[in-house]
Amino acid sequence: MLEVRDLRISFRTEHGRVRAIDGVSFDVAESEILGVVGESGSGKTISLLAVMGLINDPNAVIEGSIKLRGRELIGLKASEMRKLRGREIAMIFQDPMTAMTPVYTIGWQIAEQIMVHERIGKKAALARAIDLLAEVNIPNPREAIERYPHQLSGGMRQRAVIAMALSCNPALLIADEPTTALDVTVQAQILDLIRKLRRVHKSAIVFITHDMGVIAETADRVMVMYSGRVVERGTKAEILLEPRHPYTKALLDSIPPLEGEKPRRLKSIPGSPPSLLDLPKGCSFGPRCPSRFDKCAEKPPLEGGAHAAACFLKAAP
Amino acid sequence: MTAAPLLEARNVTKQFVIGNRFTAQGLRTVHAVDAVSLKIMPGETVGLVGESGCGKSTLGRCMTRLYDITGGELYFEGVDITTKTLRQMRPLRQRMQMVFQDPYASLNPRRRIRDLIAEPLRVHLRLSETEVRDRVRQLLDVVGLSPDHMDRFPHEFSGGQRQRIGIARAIALEPSLIVADEPVSALDVSVQAQIVNLLADLQERLSLTYVFIAHDLSVVRQVSTRIAVMYLGSIVELGSANDIFAKPSHPYTQALISAVPQPDLKKAGERKRIVLTGDVPSPINPPQGCRFHPRCPFATDKCREERPVLTEMAGTRSVACHYPLTA
Ligand SMILES: Nc1ncnc2c1ncn2[C@@H]1O[C@H](COP(=O)(O)OP(=O)(O)O)[C@@H](O)[C@H]1O
Ligand SMILES: Nc1ncnc2c1ncn2[C@@H]1O[C@H](COP(=O)(O)OP(=O)(O)O)[C@@H](O)[C@H]1O
Ligand code: SF4
Ligand SMILES: [Mg+2]
Ligand SMILES: [Mg+2]
Repeated sequence: MLEVRDLRISFRTEHGRVRAIDGVSFDVAESEILGVVGESGSGKTISLLAVMGLINDPNAVIEGSIKLRGRELIGLKASEMRKLRGREIAMIFQDPMTAMTPVYTIGWQIAEQIMVHERIGKKAALARAIDLLAEVNIPNPREAIERYPHQLSGGMRQRAVIAMALSCNPALLIADEPTTALDVTVQAQILDLIRKLRRVHKSAIVFITHDMGVIAETADRVMVMYSGRVVERGTKAEILLEPRHPYTKALLDSIPPLEGEKPRRLKSIPGSPPSLLDLPKGCSFGPRCPSRFDKCAEKPPLEGGAHAAACFLKAAP
Repeated sequence: MTAAPLLEARNVTKQFVIGNRFTAQGLRTVHAVDAVSLKIMPGETVGLVGESGCGKSTLGRCMTRLYDITGGELYFEGVDITTKTLRQMRPLRQRMQMVFQDPYASLNPRRRIRDLIAEPLRVHLRLSETEVRDRVRQLLDVVGLSPDHMDRFPHEFSGGQRQRIGIARAIALEPSLIVADEPVSALDVSVQAQIVNLLADLQERLSLTYVFIAHDLSVVRQVSTRIAVMYLGSIVELGSANDIFAKPSHPYTQALISAVPQPDLKKAGERKRIVLTGDVPSPINPPQGCRFHPRCPFATDKCREERPVLTEMAGTRSVACHYPLTA
């Protein structure tokens, strides 16, 4: 349903042109959860903001193609894009306050959202808001609609935002690190909720996270990003059990185990991700890669069909 | 463990009074840390875990006497430090240091790295400028930064490098105890592993003792000898890191550990998740009886009325529960 092809995003800055996204392509199928994983600054948020048409920076240059159910979104008029948002695609963020106003009650904010897209009265909209809050497991939804955002805990606020995003039954929900700021017990509740949404509403979901554990619990397919490129993509099992890109492997290896023998030392990746202002020629993981060889001075294409890796090492692990 | 503890907390309590007597709610007391007793033995790493707001940072700051404590006693290297004044603490402060989540916040952006690392040396020790210089060079080397970094400013460093600078400052005076409050929480996983390894190397090299505060349970398991699990200001379970993860005894510990997403797909199937309902109650009005009872799947009337105390069980485990899960 979503087809992104050769997406390139750059920003004109005082230090020259910064290429944040360098030829990213991916698909999301109906009612599928695509996990997007990578370190901070790898371009996860910005690529999906582009899908939402929410990159407002006048210095941004966006190229490539983003098609939602066949319709090209790049170059779409702002008013058209606004109509699409909320009705067909919705996004939730790490900080639920991005989508909420502190001065209105939760119920009113959800009802208003519904009324923007549907011709229904305030009373009916509020009744729908109560149903939605119940659906995201907020206890006593009738009381909750009277509350202001600051009167709710972080977890409850994130649920309210999910309810708001669901209000128009979007076909595609983009969730950008929605549990990163939450405690694990609350995160577990929200992950349950996200899985339920897919089951019940058949929504397609793009789930952005930096946590491989969260990927393991939510995603069907996974795309791994590194410095503005997709370095590997495949099914969850392929990525977690048979990673092919040295970066994916190293990332998985550096996670301390939850059970069994503790390693004396963790495997770490030396150095840190490159600055976008000074990207290495060729493979951008090259300077940190343990398997680097001559060929890596060229830019490796993402190859290999469904389970693809952007790496010149062809041999499987 | 028969040696004397490096640091001992006896019934340490810390309350904050918040609010304003002229408003409807008036003054309120936050019971941030409630009667915590804990011995930190030389050379070990004690991990403090628990959900946000359970009092980990407050306890860490009480231990290093960055906070005055409301009740209880604190001993460091056998000395009673409960009521020592700032001035009296000064010589001891060299022996106990803190490392924070965001070293950037504590690094003056206009000073060069050489001066930032030299600062504790200049304040506490009488060294010549050459000695300071050599020591800074040596410290940079120990934390894995190159001498070329000396003349740079904090903003020129990545998050991981800044944490290395924070650690260099903390070890500059050769402390015996380091309380690290979420030292790797802001870092990406791959960089997190570098810092965890660095802390382990330093512990061996400099015979350091750590109190390691973090909300990431897999990191805490990796670094800790023992783990103290906190809930609403109190320790509910204490034991060796391996045991606590393999066989949690307190219902809260069990739920907490079961909630951590398992990245290892081969093991993910075997795990049973216990999903807790509701949120952590407010430390302003903590529940009567067992503080966990409103969320506990095993709670009885006894739990609602009587508060369980942290009691030693078999081995090295202590649990505060009327019905511990493993005997
Ligand atoms: N408005 C902007 N101007 C310049 N650079 C930007 C802008 N927005 C994002 N970037 C850069 O794009 C890169 C990708 O950012 P982001 O998508 O937020 O990464 P992630 O979500 O993976 O952490 C970052 O290096 C960031 O600095
Ligand atoms: N300076 C302070 N003033 C008032 N309340 C505080 C202060 N510091 C912490 N608290 C409160 O004490 C409790 C414990 O906080 P903290 O020790 O920061 O928890 P943690 O580090 O486990 O997240 C929380 O309810 C917090 O709001
Ligand atoms: S004392 Fe009771 S309520 Fe508290 S943890 Fe144990 S069983 Fe649960
Ligand atoms: Mg992001
Ligand atoms: Mg804290």
